[in-house]
Amino acid sequence: MTATALRYRSLRTSSIALGLALALSLPAAADLVISNWDGYMAPDAMTAFKAETGVAGEVVVHATNEEIMGKLVASGGKGYDVVFVSSPFAEVLNKLGLTEPIDHAKIPNLANLYPEATRLPHDVGNAFSVPYTWGTTGLCYRSDLMKAAPTSWNDLLAPSDELKGKTTMLATDRWLLAAGQLDKGFSVNETDPAKLAEVKDLLISAKKTLLAYDDTTFYSKLVSGEALMVQAWDGWCNYGIAEKPEIKYVIPKEGSDLWVDTMVVMKASQNKDAAFKFINFMLDAKNHAWAAQNIDYKVPNKPAMESLPADFLAKFPNMAMPVADLVKFEQLRDVGEAQRDYAKIVSEIKAAQ
Amino acid sequence: MAPALVWLTALMVVPCALVLALAFFRRGIYGGIDYTFTLENFGLVVDPLYAGIFLKSARIAGTATIIAVVIGYAAAYAISAAPRRLQPVFLFFAVLPFWSNYLIRTYAWIVLLNREGLVTQLLRWLGYTGEPPSMLYTEGAVIAGLVYNYLPFVILACYAPLSRLNPELAEASRDLGASAATTFRRVILPLTVPGIAAGAVFVFVLSIGNFVTPALLGGGRFQMIGNLVYDQFLTANDWPFGAALAMALIAIMLLVLMAQAMFADRAAGRAAEATGGADG
Repeated sequence: MTATALRYRSLRTSSIALGLALALSLPAAADLVISNWDGYMAPDAMTAFKAETGVAGEVVVHATNEEIMGKLVASGGKGYDVVFVSSPFAEVLNKLGLTEPIDHAKIPNLANLYPEATRLPHDVGNAFSVPYTWGTTGLCYRSDLMKAAPTSWNDLLAPSDELKGKTTMLATDRWLLAAGQLDKGFSVNETDPAKLAEVKDLLISAKKTLLAYDDTTFYSKLVSGEALMVQAWDGWCNYGIAEKPEIKYVIPKEGSDLWVDTMVVMKASQNKDAAFKFINFMLDAKNHAWAAQNIDYKVPNKPAMESLPADFLAKFPNMAMPVADLVKFEQLRDVGEAQRDYAKIVSEIKAAQ
Repeated sequence: MAPALVWLTALMVVPCALVLALAFFRRGIYGGIDYTFTLENFGLVVDPLYAGIFLKSARIAGTATIIAVVIGYAAAYAISAAPRRLQPVFLFFAVLPFWSNYLIRTYAWIVLLNREGLVTQLLRWLGYTGEPPSMLYTEGAVIAGLVYNYLPFVILACYAPLSRLNPELAEASRDLGASAATTFRRVILPLTVPGIAAGAVFVFVLSIGNFVTPALLGGGRFQMIGNLVYDQFLTANDWPFGAALAMALIAIMLLVLMAQAMFADRAAGRAAEATGGADG
C-alpha cells in the first residue's frame, strides 16, 4: 500500500471514528498501538516513525510486565499491535497463542542483531520475539563508603556489620529469588521444592539485614548514601553512576541471570505489516543506539553498540561487557505451574519477621 | 430511594458480586481464570501464612487506631474548648492536609524519616554525631503514616459530639462535687463515646486495607493484607486468590462497621433515656 493510500484510509477512518474516538479517547483503529515502559524509547520515536513510513502510531505505557500481561490475557491481545515485555512473559504470550510469528522477510534490520541474540534459549531463531535490550543483575555499591568491594551474592545476603541495614534487594519475585538461587549455585529457574525451601530460608535471614525491598528508587538511595549496596539491574545502576561516579557495578562471582526485554507482535493485531515495520525501525542502528545511550541499557544490536562513543563506555563500564560473556548467563524462563510456588515463597519471605 | 438503589446496585453490589464470583474459580497457569469451581482459594485464606498476615494487619491497624483516637480526641477537645469563632479556623487547619494527595503526604514522611532526611539533619545540627537512627522502613514508620493520614477523621468525628455537649452538664457535675477528672470520666467521655467509636472505626477500616503506606514507609518489609491483595492481582496474576482475600477483608470490615452501628444505636438509646430522665 502506498503512503498516499494509507494516509487516505486513516483520514477516512478518523472522520468516521472521530466522534467515537473523542468520546472514548481510544486510538483510532488504523493507528498502530504500542505498549512500552515509560521512557523506554525515544520520546519522538513515533514522529520519526511516521515521517519514515507514513504510519501513525501511539504509545501507551505499562508500569510492569504483570500489568500488561493482565490486560493481554484478559482481552486476548486485542487493542495492541506491538508489546514490549521481558522474555519469560513473551514466552507465556507465545504459549497462550497470542503472538504472531515474526516475519523475518519484513524486518531486514534483524541482520543488525548479534548472532548470539538470534539464538537466545527462550526463542531460538526469533520465532515470536525480537530482543530490544539485555543485561545482567548484580550488585551496585558505593565504592567510596565501603571498606572492600563486594565479590559474591553472599556479601549482600549475609552482609558485614558496616552494611547491615544499608542494603536493598529487588522486590520482583523472580529477581529476589534469583539472588538466593545464584548464591546457592542453583538454576535461576529451579523448581525443586527442597531447593526452593533452602532459598527461602536464606532470603528470610537476609531480610533481617535489609533496609528495604526496592525496585524503583534503589539507585537514588545509593546516591543519597541511605544505602551502600543494592541488588540492581545493570542499566539502573548506570542511573546512579551518572549522578555519582563513586557508584560501581559488579557481577558477583556466582554469576547473574541474563535478562532480555523483547518486542512481540500480537496475533490479534490488525496492522501486522505496520507492526513489523515498527520493529524494523527500532532495530535501525541509529534508533537502537539511542536506546543504549539514553536509557543506559545494553542493546543486542552490533552496529548500534559499535557506534557508542568511547567516553560513554568509559563512564559506564558494564555497557562494554563482551556479548560472549553476557550470554554465558542463564535466562529467566517461564516456570509454568511453579510460578504459584514462587509467589507463595515471596509472600512468606515478605511476611517473615 | 430508587435512584439510590440503582446507584448502589450498579456501583457496589454488582462489582462486589463479580469479585466474589472470581474467588470460586481456579487460576489459569498463565494468569487469567480457569472456570472450574473450587473452594481452594478460601482454604488458602486460612492458611497460617495468610491468616498471620491478616492478624498482623489487624494489630498494626489497631495500634494506629488507638494512637489516632488519643491524639484526635485531645485535639477535638481542645478545639471545642476554644472560643466559638476560632473553632472553624482550627477545624480548617485540621483537615487542611486532606487538600493534598495521599501519596504526596506519605512521601513527605520519607523525606522526614530517611537516614539522610530532615530529622537526621536536625539531630546533627543539634550536635548529635553518632550513627543516625533508622526510622524509615520500620513498623513505627508505617503506624506513623497511618495515624497522620487518618487523624482528621477522628478529630471531626469527636468534635461533633464534643461541640454539641451541653456545658451545663459539666457544670452540674462540678457543682455536685466531682473533680475535673471524674467529670471527664463519668460525664463527658460517656456522652462522646459514639464519636470516638465512629472515628476509631474509620481509622481501623481504612488502615487494615491500606497498601500504599506499608509499601512506601515499610519499604516492602512489612506486608499488610492490602499489599497481599495487590500482589495477587498485579504481580502474581492470581485473581481468584486475590478475590478470596479481598472478600475476607471486606467481611472483616463489615463486621467492624456492624458492631459500631449496633453500639451507636445502643448509645443513642441510652443518651435519649438519660436526657429524658433529666427532663422528668
